[in-house]
Amino acid sequence: MSLTLFVIQSLNGLQLGVLLFLMAAGLTLVFGIMSFVNLAHGSMYMMGAFFAASLYSYTGSFVLAALLLIPAMLALGLAVEWVALRKLYQRDHLDQVLATFGLILFFNEIARIIWGPSPYYMDVPEFLLGAINLFGVRYPAYRFVIIASGLLIALGCYLLIHRTRIGMLIRAGATNRTMVGALGVNIVMLNSLLFALGAVLAGLAGLLAGPIMSVQAGMGEPILILTMVVIVIGGIGSIRGAFYAALIVGVVDTLGRTLLPTLLRSFLERSSADIAGPALASMMIYLLMAVVLAIKPKGLFPVHNS
Amino acid sequence: MNLANLPARRRRFLRPSLAAAALCGILGATASFAQEPVKIGFIGTLSGPGGALGQDQYDAFMLAIEQNDGKLGGVPVEVVREDDQLKPDIGVQAATKLLKSEKVDIITGVTFSNVMMAIHKPITDAKVFFIGSNAGPAPIAGKNCSPYFFSTSWDNDMLHEAGGQLASDLGYKNMYVMAANYQAGRDAVSGFKRDYTGNVIDEVYTQVNQPDYSAEIAQLQAAEPDAVYVFYPGGMGVNFVKQYRQAGLLGKLPLISVSTIDGSTLPALKSLAVGAITSAPYAPNIDNAQNKQFVEAFVKAYNRQPSMYAAQSYDAANLIASALKKVDGKLDNKEAVLAALKAADFDSVRGAFKFDSNHFPDAPFYRVDVVEGANGAELQAKTPIVIKTRANFAQQCPMK
Repeated sequence: MSLTLFVIQSLNGLQLGVLLFLMAAGLTLVFGIMSFVNLAHGSMYMMGAFFAASLYSYTGSFVLAALLLIPAMLALGLAVEWVALRKLYQRDHLDQVLATFGLILFFNEIARIIWGPSPYYMDVPEFLLGAINLFGVRYPAYRFVIIASGLLIALGCYLLIHRTRIGMLIRAGATNRTMVGALGVNIVMLNSLLFALGAVLAGLAGLLAGPIMSVQAGMGEPILILTMVVIVIGGIGSIRGAFYAALIVGVVDTLGRTLLPTLLRSFLERSSADIAGPALASMMIYLLMAVVLAIKPKGLFPVHNS
Repeated sequence: MNLANLPARRRRFLRPSLAAAALCGILGATASFAQEPVKIGFIGTLSGPGGALGQDQYDAFMLAIEQNDGKLGGVPVEVVREDDQLKPDIGVQAATKLLKSEKVDIITGVTFSNVMMAIHKPITDAKVFFIGSNAGPAPIAGKNCSPYFFSTSWDNDMLHEAGGQLASDLGYKNMYVMAANYQAGRDAVSGFKRDYTGNVIDEVYTQVNQPDYSAEIAQLQAAEPDAVYVFYPGGMGVNFVKQYRQAGLLGKLPLISVSTIDGSTLPALKSLAVGAITSAPYAPNIDNAQNKQFVEAFVKAYNRQPSMYAAQSYDAANLIASALKKVDGKLDNKEAVLAALKAADFDSVRGAFKFDSNHFPDAPFYRVDVVEGANGAELQAKTPIVIKTRANFAQQCPMK
């Protein structure tokens, strides 16, 4: 593999990682702080993509669609939290899994009723078509924008969590929820806000993914599984962990897909390599997760609760 | 859409005519009693990323029934719909339910090959007439063929033999081949290679339902082929073609695809797919009377162009209709029904249609281009493809 190709593949991995981070950040906050298992997070991603595609085709402006998407996702997040999830915080994880799995089915069906069973059209905005030149390497402009905006949002999250009062409460809540509540903080409100924030982040991931991926009912599940892997590797409840783990998973997955088959061919027979390569590549991140769990059961960057 | 209830309502209207029908029966006339509707089970992938394909199959099947006031071949039918979710185990559950508790007479549909592989044997072993309208994995066309199974589509290899033939006809010397890593994907590549006379630079298998192909696209660019051949049905195809276009390749590096850009994915791709070449058993502009009325009726009913999945399923409904008509709705004499099905005495939207000895059709394929039409991007059949080398599945099949 040439150096150029390696750089491009690393950028591709970075881009997938950034997308995963947007998903993982919201999920890990809700999971880590409220101890709430939310399988419907992928549905927020899907709804974000559908909203964005509709807003884009309606307004004709990608930027406007992005701006309108934020209040829309905020509203959706608050509504879901208020209608369905609020009652589940005190229940055990199995109930939460069951209920949020129900939500997945609900949202997939809603999306199918509103937007139809076929994938929905959403193109890259015109001003982001084409490629940019990064030190002699040509890379699609839109994918570069995904990387840039993902990193910006990650920075925003960092500042929010570590530099603001709300962030302080969130961190405190993650460590000792009861104590924070006892100090007079409205923990119910904090939870709603947190959940809505997660929905917005997932929605933004949907917006960014919409033009490069097929916008369709059920698009949230494959990415949800990857997101879970990210959270487990990074450490539950840790934004920093989610960030690093997302990048690791993105890069490992992408490079695994491209390097492994080539690597196997160098010492295996062609036909066996062609069978083993893709199979191994698709297992890479799960193997990684297994290894991490074996060595550091709490993830690579756990929240320090002591 | 609750057509399943239709026959029940219809029965009320039928009651007064029952006496007359009984009389006819005594007199030895052949009028059918039509008292109990024929139960047809439909199994398809109706949810998840492959859902649009199954939905097309279902919609077209129901369209044929609607056009005939709830009947097929003059016999009232009742359709029980099951979603296999693209999971073989769920497919087996669905088949078991249709066979054991619904006691259906006929099963049709099936979108993906892995589901087909799981349910083919239980259904045909139960001696229930099984009309597949999409998936055609090689084993069931060859040594595991069954007298009870008929296909209105193709065997997986055939689709790609047509694709390989097309690539040869177009004169591309070096092809880069990509497919999803499952049975149909593997079949795709072997079928393609059978009829492609040039050189395959590389064959790449990707995960089923992989959302992002950026890594593979970068890889194929580096390989510098003359053209690229892909097999990515459903949402996978949307992802791939979008990303291929965004990498600036569509229009520059010819993209030949099968089951990737079709009626089910074109609405999501629109002009993004213009310039792609496909090999397909069907396109809405195929010129025959049956197809003209089908396209018109389908667009009117569902407000979208019919895909090949829809076309094949519509053919399945009409095949069933032709058989039911021949045996007068009486399914007890299985031999007679099988002979009636085998005769394939119906007008196919694909053009000439007859069954080979393995009950797979000997029907035409076309080069279909994605062009900018009056109402946006559309699929246009250009020239027929003459497949030179066929896999000899019919020879491997014990039925002669």
